Amino acid sequence: MSGLSQKPWIWSYLAALAAFGATMIVSGGQGGGSLFFAALTFASFAVIVGVGQMFVITLGPGNVDLSIPATMTLAATLALKFMDTNTSLMLPGLLIALGTGTACGIFNFGLILLLRIPPIIATLSSSFLFQSLAIWSNRGLRIKPPEPLADFATGGLVIPNLALVAIGVAVVAWIVLERAIVGRWILATGQNMRAAQLSGVPVNGVRFGVYVASAILASLSGFLLANFSGGANLNMGAEYMLTSIAVVVIGGSSIAGGNSNVPGVCGAALFMFLLVSMLNSYGFGAGARLILTGVIIMMVVVFASKRKYAA
Amino acid sequence: MTDLNTRPGAAVAPVVSLDGVHMSFGPVHALVDARFELWPGECVGLVGHNGAGKSTLVNVINGRLTPTQGKVRYSGHGGQSDAATGAQEAGIRSVFQELSLCPNLTVLENLRIPYRNIPRKAWRREARRMVLAALDEVFPDHGISADAVVGDLSIAERQMVEIAIAFAERDTEPALVILDEPTSSLDAAIAQQLLSHIKKFCAAGGTIIFISHLLGEIFEVATRILVMKDGRVTQDKQANAFTRDSLVDAMGHVVETSGRTQSARQRRAVGEEVARLNNGMTVHAGEIVGLAGLAGHGQAEALARFYMSRASVWRSTKTPEVAFVAGDRTRDGVMPLWSILKNLSLMTLREFSQNGLVNRSEEDRLYETWKERIKIKANNPLDPILSLSGGNQQKVLFAKALASSAPIVIMDDPMRGVDIGTKKEVYSMIRAEADTGRSFLWYSTETEEVLECDRVYVFRDGEISAELTGDMITEENLLRASFELQEATA
Repeated sequence: MSGLSQKPWIWSYLAALAAFGATMIVSGGQGGGSLFFAALTFASFAVIVGVGQMFVITLGPGNVDLSIPATMTLAATLALKFMDTNTSLMLPGLLIALGTGTACGIFNFGLILLLRIPPIIATLSSSFLFQSLAIWSNRGLRIKPPEPLADFATGGLVIPNLALVAIGVAVVAWIVLERAIVGRWILATGQNMRAAQLSGVPVNGVRFGVYVASAILASLSGFLLANFSGGANLNMGAEYMLTSIAVVVIGGSSIAGGNSNVPGVCGAALFMFLLVSMLNSYGFGAGARLILTGVIIMMVVVFASKRKYAA
Repeated sequence: MTDLNTRPGAAVAPVVSLDGVHMSFGPVHALVDARFELWPGECVGLVGHNGAGKSTLVNVINGRLTPTQGKVRYSGHGGQSDAATGAQEAGIRSVFQELSLCPNLTVLENLRIPYRNIPRKAWRREARRMVLAALDEVFPDHGISADAVVGDLSIAERQMVEIAIAFAERDTEPALVILDEPTSSLDAAIAQQLLSHIKKFCAAGGTIIFISHLLGEIFEVATRILVMKDGRVTQDKQANAFTRDSLVDAMGHVVETSGRTQSARQRRAVGEEVARLNNGMTVHAGEIVGLAGLAGHGQAEALARFYMSRASVWRSTKTPEVAFVAGDRTRDGVMPLWSILKNLSLMTLREFSQNGLVNRSEEDRLYETWKERIKIKANNPLDPILSLSGGNQQKVLFAKALASSAPIVIMDDPMRGVDIGTKKEVYSMIRAEADTGRSFLWYSTETEEVLECDRVYVFRDGEISAELTGDMITEENLLRASFELQEATA
């Protein structure tokens, strides 16, 4: 009774497995290995931004970071422009990306705190700023990443290198959420901010940290994505607006905050990619694919939330 | 409608009759074999400790819970419709201890919620008239606007609105009004208004179920008293068959002879000043400072401001200066999604953990210590906090604050809904803590608690109207300091 059926995240893995199986049926078992490799690679980007979004959503109703795509784009653009395919500048390039993320996070929370704008509006409006900065700085040029970085991002032995990064991020996030004091503070703030404050939780510090962490993870994901796909482009982050939120919700975290889990984000990220490849392999056109993606996500969310009430 | 019951001479039928009603939640028997009738014109006092089954009984009567065995009959109903509808049609209204108004709606809109079939045309005007009529009737000079948003009202005003809505006229007349701790957040004068309204209502043929921890109130209004213990109605007698002592005995607590008054009167040596508030209040080490006066006269705000000035929202510390015990549990205290254990440890995580991770064996030890010290009735520390009764939730909040090393503990009317036995235990615990040099700032709406303090500030209209020390702390002095100005301006 108290076993796996009570874990809300189990459903995202079952769904991912089902999508994988359904694809294999069509292909007659061909290409399972390469599908798995691709799923891990693409899920990695979603996991990294999804973990950041998860912490933000945990902060409670109204908290969501809509600037993730723009932060990814801006960080990747600035970092690749700085490195300019120069191998010796790889580490500083990474730091430039993460520094850009930090600045974006601070800017976001500054808007929320100082101007008292709801987070959804603050991050949406700041994302226009970040996007404009990215456009202004790269002026339509597409700069290739340094060779070793591109090799790292596309390579891997048994599992892709990117998946190792994503697993590392997920493990750290799990420790923070489940074992660290900060995790307790985040969960408490999301349930009842006033009560958390009266219990000695430094709520502003917690919220600041979460928004900055979300932006840093977005910048890391953007940096990796640009290296993976051979350069930054201006709409590279676009699909991660919805993906980052969807993986949190499908993963069984509460959209109302205060109750989140990391394993679900990973399972949901796999599912999101496998779902699209399944629909591809069944030969659906782009329109039908989008509709079916939406319908299936809705079904998973409904099913997962039903389970939660029953438990 | 209710004519049958209320008109003298007509065949008088019970408003509600319970026939061998059982209610169990899984293995827990919350209500066992309840059988009694409630008659028109009765005011029934319902007493018992936290967890004795009062709330379950009340919820069975008002149709929120369907009994697992037995039958609840309402006047004029054979039980053909479901219980909730039957209860509503029979004119049964409830006011709960946990306030149940919608905070985002106005006062008159909140009347509209239980009154579903209010005539559509100009319902706002009608609802405004009804709610104001009810407020005027129960609480003369209430000063509440029908267009005020409930969330902006003080907790006492919200309670007044909720009570007034229960007594308001609708398509069905109120026949039985269930009041669950209605005075817990009201000050003495307003509570008195309610009590006199209850008497008037019963004299006119209405029936009341009155739940209160304040025995004085029970004796003042009740004509009959039901005593509950462990889910059973153990005594059911006319009110004058009880004395205070026999009633307390019946509930199962031993009357303590070592009165608190002596202990409170002993002047205790206090240390040096540890804090001075903006409004001029001072606190010394080892001192219990009371904040008294009518409810909603700025005491809670003063405490909240003081807390905020001493606790950072940016950085946490291993040595906090202040700890806070919430009175309004839902708003200020409880983490509703969490277990008892996590709620208990939240305030002290930094203190008992190193290197940023929660030290979970220390956390378990914290629970064991405080479960023993404050007698939290819980089977498993991992059970959700909301599975506890209100009084036990409050104990957890107490333990949470007392467990911290903060030299100053702020208490915002923390004893609401706590039974007498627990209160006594907490009083002695506070005293023991004060003896070790800890200071307490204690806002209370109950005179008995204010008498526990070493020094008392009486608040009136947001300002300190009097400071009482030692033998000066008497009920008379408190009342005088709370009321003087109001009489002068009236």
